[in-house]
Amino acid sequence: MLKDITIGQYFPGQSFIHKMDPRMKIISTLLYIVMLFLAGNLMGICAGILLLILMYQLSGVPMNMVTKSLKPVIPVVIFTSVLNIFFVSGEVLLKFFFIEITREGINLAILMSFRILCLIAGSSLLTYTTSPIELTDAIERLLNPLKKLKVPVHELSMMMTIALRFIPTLIEETDKIINAQKARGADMESGGLMQRAKALVPILIPLFVSSFRRADELAMAMECRCYRGGDGRTRMKQLQYSHRDWIALTVMAGAIVVVLLLNV
Amino acid sequence: MAVIKTENLSHVYSEGTPFVKTAIENINIEIEEGQMVGVIGHTGSGKSTLIQHFNGLLQPTSGKIYIDGEDMWADKNKLRDIRFKVGLVFQYPEYQLFEETCYKDIAFGPKNMGLPDDEIDKRVREAAAFVNLSEEQLMKSPFELSGGQKRRVAIAGVLAMKPKVLILDEPTAGLDPKGRDRILGQIKEYHQEEKNTVLIVSHSMEDVAKFAQKVLVMNRSKVFLYDTVEAVFAHAKEISEIGLAVPQITQIFAELKKRGYDVNPDVYTIEAAKAELIRLLEEGGNISA
Repeated sequence: MLKDITIGQYFPGQSFIHKMDPRMKIISTLLYIVMLFLAGNLMGICAGILLLILMYQLSGVPMNMVTKSLKPVIPVVIFTSVLNIFFVSGEVLLKFFFIEITREGINLAILMSFRILCLIAGSSLLTYTTSPIELTDAIERLLNPLKKLKVPVHELSMMMTIALRFIPTLIEETDKIINAQKARGADMESGGLMQRAKALVPILIPLFVSSFRRADELAMAMECRCYRGGDGRTRMKQLQYSHRDWIALTVMAGAIVVVLLLNV
Repeated sequence: MAVIKTENLSHVYSEGTPFVKTAIENINIEIEEGQMVGVIGHTGSGKSTLIQHFNGLLQPTSGKIYIDGEDMWADKNKLRDIRFKVGLVFQYPEYQLFEETCYKDIAFGPKNMGLPDDEIDKRVREAAAFVNLSEEQLMKSPFELSGGQKRRVAIAGVLAMKPKVLILDEPTAGLDPKGRDRILGQIKEYHQEEKNTVLIVSHSMEDVAKFAQKVLVMNRSKVFLYDTVEAVFAHAKEISEIGLAVPQITQIFAELKKRGYDVNPDVYTIEAAKAELIRLLEEGGNISA
């Protein structure tokens, strides 16, 4: 049951996009989002969709993964479209009582919907093609300048790495504890809200206890290997920009220019 | 009558995804009432999957399971009753403890059964006595106890439900030899007193030889052998071929026989070995060859 949840949706591969430097992937994703918001008309959004399809083709991530990632945002899309259709003023097309539907409203609704869909699909591509470890590593490097402002960048990214690492472990553990309590006759499927909340106690307490134990053990293991924070720490995998990254950056910059031209 | 019976039982994990894995395949076994059965196999051979079917935690992909002759999945509302009938102690059960005191934790199962308070109290004390927990320890928080003690509390939590069939998944994993013998001894004592059916999953042939009447050997999702201890260990060669070892003492006796000593190679425990050696010496230790 719990095993079906996929977190860390990394989709292993050897494509151009997989091989890009994760830092540039993050930058490109940000540029793509900027581009989507710069696009002021349908032509611009079409360019965005086209670029997205191209990227997915290049990455080798199957298209049904895209629909999977878009499913949860559909309610949000519908909600914003409805808001836009009914509440934007302009040239009135239809009118019932006090509700007005305007041409500008419809336009904006379409624009916003595609913007959100592209945004989600575009950032999903980042997580599909980048393993969580690469991702946190890249975030740490990108945020490095903030160290001068005394932001604990290394610590934050280490926390993120550890959190990501332990999600599957915790899921497995939860599954095990649920089964163990079920075997002792715990009833989690029936009863009112209060009863169900109470039924969670036998699961949450062992889960908390074991998380603390695990944290303790992990801290000990890290100290045994002389972990002392990020200062002077070197890496096995040095991030390095290659020609791929510069191509990607050029493409993204080009796309932004195209969108700006289409706006005129 | 068989207390547990399976018919072509199969279970496939993550069916319809790229991660599809057959955990057990076409299992047909009957477990007689009142027996102590050892379940042996490699990691990933399907032992844990199989025993989770016996109390309805996993639903078979295909095939049927009968408990006391009743089809387990015929009426889903009865599943909970089956879980009280077939008690399952998981691997590392100490991680499931959650109550403020050991007493309350052991009482969790009986309480879920809806028993009256005085019956719960009686059962908790009985179960605690079986696993040698003192009155003082019963009132302590389970988190104050040592690893071995915690495990005994967790086992008592299932014993207190007085299941007709008791299944333990590697109850001795991670314990020292003393703790191991202690827990196995207590389980055996419980079995003799309650006359219930006990299944123990184990890695150790020595342990299985010591307590079980029948052995179920699993290999690659299938039943490899299921027979009495003597009959199973008579297949020493096949067992070592799938990478499991018969008890060391059996290996020694097989070797003795090979070198021409007139011994019975069907020896699985130290006690039996001792008796056999004494017999041999009394007969003059003849080398028959």
